Amino acid sequence: MEELLEILGELHPDVDFETTDGLIDDGILDSLDMVTLITEINERLDVSIPPEEIIPENFNSADALWALIEKLDEI
Amino acid sequence: MLFTSYEFVAFICLAFLLYYLVPKKAQWALLLLASYGFYAFSGLSNLIFIVSTTLVTWGVGLWVSKIRRASESYLAIHKEDLTKEEKKAYKAKEKKKSFSVLCLGLAVGFGILAVIKYTGFALSNVNSILGTFGVEQKLSIPDFILPLGISFYIFQSMGYLIDVYRGRAEAEKNIAKFALFVSFFPQLIQGPISRHSDLAPQLYGEHSFNGSAFFSGLQRMAWGYFKKLVIADRILVGMKTILGDTAEYRGAWALLLILAYSVEIYADFTGGIDITIGIAECFGIKLKENFNHPFTSKSTKEYWNRWHITMGSWFTDYIFYPLSVCRPMQSISKKSRKLFGNAIGKRIPVYIATIVTWFLTGLWHGAAWNFIVWGLLNCLVILVSQELEPLYQKFRKAFPRLSSSKPYGAFMAARTFLLMGFIRSLDCYRDVPTTFSMWLSVFTVGNYGELFSGKMAEVGFDAANVIIIVLATATVCLVNALLVKKGCDLRQSLADKPFLSYSLFALVIVAIIIFGAYGAGYDASDFIYGQF
Repeated sequence: MEELLEILGELHPDVDFETTDGLIDDGILDSLDMVTLITEINERLDVSIPPEEIIPENFNSADALWALIEKLDEI
Repeated sequence: MLFTSYEFVAFICLAFLLYYLVPKKAQWALLLLASYGFYAFSGLSNLIFIVSTTLVTWGVGLWVSKIRRASESYLAIHKEDLTKEEKKAYKAKEKKKSFSVLCLGLAVGFGILAVIKYTGFALSNVNSILGTFGVEQKLSIPDFILPLGISFYIFQSMGYLIDVYRGRAEAEKNIAKFALFVSFFPQLIQGPISRHSDLAPQLYGEHSFNGSAFFSGLQRMAWGYFKKLVIADRILVGMKTILGDTAEYRGAWALLLILAYSVEIYADFTGGIDITIGIAECFGIKLKENFNHPFTSKSTKEYWNRWHITMGSWFTDYIFYPLSVCRPMQSISKKSRKLFGNAIGKRIPVYIATIVTWFLTGLWHGAAWNFIVWGLLNCLVILVSQELEPLYQKFRKAFPRLSSSKPYGAFMAARTFLLMGFIRSLDCYRDVPTTFSMWLSVFTVGNYGELFSGKMAEVGFDAANVIIIVLATATVCLVNALLVKKGCDLRQSLADKPFLSYSLFALVIVAIIIFGAYGAGYDASDFIYGQF
C-alpha cells in the first residue's frame, strides 16, 4: 500500500490519498493520470491492470485501487 | 419512417396500445415485432445487415461466454491443486482463446460497417493517389446505401461482445430477445448507445401501465418535437440557402451559419434523444441520458463529457483505455520515458491513444475528410488545453475571485461554444478547404451590415421566422436554466401540480402545431445523427 501511495503522491503531491475517496468522481485523476498510474503500477508492483478493470469504483480511492491490485495479484 | 411523420405517430400510438394490451410476458416480443416493423419501413434490404449483425454477435457472445465459464469452473474445481503461477498461466491461455473468438466477432461486425460505410471513401482516396502518379485507370466506386442507424446498432452490439468477454455482461441465450436488444426501435436512428447490462433487463421485464410515468414520457416526447420542429427545422431552411452558395454567403453569413448550426444541431439531436427517451419511458424503459447541458461547458473536455455522452463513454471504455494500457503501449511508454524523460515519456501513450480515438470518432461520424479533420481538431484543442492546465491553475490561484466569478464562467462557456461551433461547421460545409476559407472570411469580409438588411428574408430568416426561433430557443434556455438550478427533472417537480402540468403540455403541443416547421412549404428533415 505504501508503494501505491508513493506512486499516487508523485502524480498529485497536493492530494491526501489516504483520505480522499472521489478521485474519479471529483475529477482529481484525469485520463493522463490514469494511464501513468497504470503504467507505474505495472512497472513497480508488477501487476497488470486490464482495461475491463478501469472503472470508477476501482480508482476512486487508494483503498479501492489497492484492493484491485491485491485481487489481480492473487489470480 | 421519420419520427416527425404522421405514419410514425400512428405507428407509435398502436405500439403503445398493444404493448399494454398483450400479456406482460409477451411485451418484449411485441417490442421486437414493432422494432423490425419500424426498420422494415426503411427498406427491406436493410434488414440483411441488422439480421447478420444480430446472428454473428449472438453466436460469438455465447461462444466467448462458454470459454469463460469453462475456465472459471476449471479454476474452481482445481482451486487447491494449482499453484498461483499455474492458475495465472491457465487463465492467460484461456483469455487468449476467448480473445481470438472476440476478435472474430469484432472483425465481422466492424467489417460490415467498414464495407458499407467506408469502401467508397477508401477507393476514392486510392483513385486520388493513383491520379497523382499519373494513373488514368480509376477504380470503380460501389454505391452502397447506408442502412438506417448502422453505426449505432453495430457499436452497441460490439460493446456487448466486449462486455461479455470482460465478464461485465451475461451472454443472452435467447436469440429473439437478443435481436430486440440490437434493434430496439426508439434508439435505432440516433442512439443513445446502450450497454446490455443497463438495457436488456428492462427490455425483457414486465411493465404495468402507470399513468403518471406514461404522461411523463409523453411530456418528454413533446419537448423533443418542440425542439426539432419549432427550432431545428426552421433554422434548417435558412441554413440550406447559405450552404447552397458559399461564394455569395461569406463573412457575416458564415458566422451566422456557425451560430445557427450550433443551435440547430443542439435542437435536432437533443430533441431526437428527448423523443427517444420519452418513447422508451412510455414503455416503462429508462434509457441513459445522452446530454448534460453541453453549452454550459467551460472547456472542450467538459463539453465532450456533456455532449453525446454514450458515444464518448463507448470510445473511452472500448478504444481509449484498452489502447493506452495495452502491452505494446506500455512498452512504448517505458522506452519513451528512458529516451525523453518522465515528463514527455508518460505523455506519449496518452497522446497516441487520444489521437487514434479522435481519428476514429471523426470517422464514425462519416466517411469523409471533413469528419476526420473535425475529430483531429477536437483532439488538438483537448491536448493543448491539457498541456496548458498548469498555466490555468496558476491563473486561478493568482486571481481566485475573478476565476470563480459568474461573468468569467460565462466568458469561458461562450468561448467554448464559439470554438466548438467553428470546428463543428466542418460537418456543415462538408469540405475542409471551403470550411477554412469560410472561417477566414468571418474575420476578413466586412459584410455584417447585410445581416440587418432584406437579405435575411431572402435567405429564409424572415422577421417572423427569426422571432419564432429566438423565442423558442429562449424558452429552451429558460427550461435548461431551471433544470440546472433545481438539479432535478422539471417533470417531477410538476408531478404534484396536475393542472399546471397538463396546461404546459397542451401549450407545447399547441406551439408545435402552430409554429412547427412541417406540412406545406416544409420538407420535414431527417435527424442529423440518423445519417451517421
